[in-house]
Amino acid sequence: MSLRPLTAPWFHGPAGHEKIWLGCAILWCFVMSLMMPYWHFRGKQNSTGEAYTVKPADFLARTEKFVAANRVGTYKHPGNALLGEVPIVEPPPGGDVYLIGRMWQWYPALRLRQGETYRIHLSALDLQHGFSLQPLNMNFQAVPGYDHVLTLTPTSKGEFTIVCNEFCGIGHSSMTGKIFVE
Amino acid sequence: MSTTSHNLAAPGTPGRVCGTTGLHVCFDAQRFIKLNAVSGIVFLLLGGIAALLLALTRWQTVHLLPVDWFYRILTFHGLNMLIFWILFFEVAILYFACTTPLNARLYSRKVAWLSFTLMIVGALMTDYIILKGQADVMMTSYLPLLAHPVFYLGIILMAVGTLIGVFNFFATLYVAKRDKAYTGSMPIVTFGALAAAIIAVVTLLHGAVVMIPTFTYSMGWTAEPDPIWYRLIWWGLGHQSQQVNVCAMVSVWYLLTHIVLGSRPVNEAVCRSAFVLYILFINLASAHHLLVDPAVGATWKIWNTSYAMYLAVLASMVHGFTVPAGAEIAMREKGYTSGIFGWVTALPWKNPAFSGTALSVVIFGFLGGITGVTLGTQQINIIAHNTLRIPGHFHVTVVGGTTLAFMALAYYVIPLIFQRDFIWRGLARVQPWLFGLGITLLAFGMSFAGSMGVSRRSYDIDAQGVYGPAAHLWLGVLGVGGVLAFLSLLIFVVLCVGTLFFGKKIEGRPMADWGTPPALAGSTPGSLAHDHYATKGTMVLTLVFLACFVVYYFANWKALADVWPVR
Repeated sequence: MSLRPLTAPWFHGPAGHEKIWLGCAILWCFVMSLMMPYWHFRGKQNSTGEAYTVKPADFLARTEKFVAANRVGTYKHPGNALLGEVPIVEPPPGGDVYLIGRMWQWYPALRLRQGETYRIHLSALDLQHGFSLQPLNMNFQAVPGYDHVLTLTPTSKGEFTIVCNEFCGIGHSSMTGKIFVE
Repeated sequence: MSTTSHNLAAPGTPGRVCGTTGLHVCFDAQRFIKLNAVSGIVFLLLGGIAALLLALTRWQTVHLLPVDWFYRILTFHGLNMLIFWILFFEVAILYFACTTPLNARLYSRKVAWLSFTLMIVGALMTDYIILKGQADVMMTSYLPLLAHPVFYLGIILMAVGTLIGVFNFFATLYVAKRDKAYTGSMPIVTFGALAAAIIAVVTLLHGAVVMIPTFTYSMGWTAEPDPIWYRLIWWGLGHQSQQVNVCAMVSVWYLLTHIVLGSRPVNEAVCRSAFVLYILFINLASAHHLLVDPAVGATWKIWNTSYAMYLAVLASMVHGFTVPAGAEIAMREKGYTSGIFGWVTALPWKNPAFSGTALSVVIFGFLGGITGVTLGTQQINIIAHNTLRIPGHFHVTVVGGTTLAFMALAYYVIPLIFQRDFIWRGLARVQPWLFGLGITLLAFGMSFAGSMGVSRRSYDIDAQGVYGPAAHLWLGVLGVGGVLAFLSLLIFVVLCVGTLFFGKKIEGRPMADWGTPPALAGSTPGSLAHDHYATKGTMVLTLVFLACFVVYYFANWKALADVWPVR
């Protein structure tokens, strides 16, 4: 009875079909648990959460210094007034890259080289923002006060768009940025 | 015997004997089941109207709302559906589960009034300030986004009210035991509700820890809480509250399969242990909202997602077996024994409480469960976080699972507690099917659009210039599904409210039967009680489920392996 108190002893171990299913389910949960540590050793896509606390003003200063040192041009997004003009920056291969999310642009635009590895410092200045690299569909969180380091290796060439996927106010859906890979 | 006893069967106790089930119903419990259930359904309607507006906006071709109202209505939708509708209905379920099955009186009418008043005042405050445009912060209200203090205060009052209702539930269990209202162990429906109540306490304490400093910050009294700290604690509220829903939903599965088919749990010990796993391990699963966050490390993420989360997953996989297995045994004992699936075709598919339950099990398990575990895998979350895949997942757990199960329950609650037979019974038989279809289409639309990178909580996908016709098509599917689900929700609300006013009164006689499978000649109740190999059909169904799970899971690892290396 599901709706009346149980008066007879009811504690029995699983048996038969139920035991078989329980075995399958436990095995599967075990496989899934092992997949994640396995991927850290053998897979190439992991989120380690490497991060440092940073004051938004300091992060902006670092980014401006990085832009001044490596600027190679200006990017104007066709038909997106909110984005405005942003500098295009080409960091040295293997170097540090600074990327800001703020209402409502990703700053600056980046030019990277295929096959090189970069340490991308990701942070937000005002609200939380979502780093969503399209059309690859790779997503990371940008949080004010935290320097989130992504060690990223572009393996395909072309023009990629960073979409914001954390709600950040009225201009949220037009907040974009650019990464060019050559 | 005096009326101070909490034993409902005692003479002079304010209660009645149900004309359908022969069980005792406490008048106090009945009143607050009615109040909370009706309030829940009102908030369901409000959230549903919001859902329609949102679906018609994300359907890019229609794009109905202006941008500010889109985010406002999205905030409104999240709170009314995930918090207000579900908590009100859950309090109603708790009041039922601690009284009638245990033959007990509700502990206190005053406490129930206090709980209800705080909840309703809190919910109305929050809705008011959202619609006034001073809390466009989404349900999660991630700092540094800041709403008007009334927004947080309303949520706090709602949470405190719920906590008081939960206290009334615990107190009722205590006095029922003390006054020996029942002997033996509490039935599984009450046990499941108890698990839900325990998780609710832990959940609401997290809510207090995160919401009170945020409220004082919004008043300018204290400094801003750290945004990562906020995310961590908020999800102790946000995720766990969904596990309260899961527990309540699974209890409803056991309740309705019992009422309609006469099912009993195939193994009480296993079913109850699964509820205990929810209590012990679900809090850690909150971590899967922080899988691509800074400041929490890989080891922390893996430990909290895999070890602990998968024990809660195991619990759901257990219920996913025992609920259909209970139904299969009940049907086979009634004489529906042909082949592996003969019992399935003989099930009362036209009984809306049954079809709602069955669809809830299938949609929750096959769609919601599989996607949830996969998206919550630490690395796979990289290709899912904050895309439409996430709402695609939780609309099939919370809506296709919990809401549909609660709707199914209403088809018995209204006749048995409000004592009126449903109006327009033919329409009621169609309603769960239409709802299941709508929500499934909606979730497919969301999930596929999300796989193409379309983000959640976004007003528009044309400004970015990266989404093609396929993404637009899936957003159209989302829109059509949303419209169908809303129609079905509207039918549900009209049926319920119409029945409260115009339904035929059934005091003293059994409710009109929705359709239950009769026992065939020559069958014996309880004949399979000791046959552990009688559930062949369920075994096949669950193995098909596992195969789908494995394919979807590894397909996602393959998709992940195709993106840029990152660490």
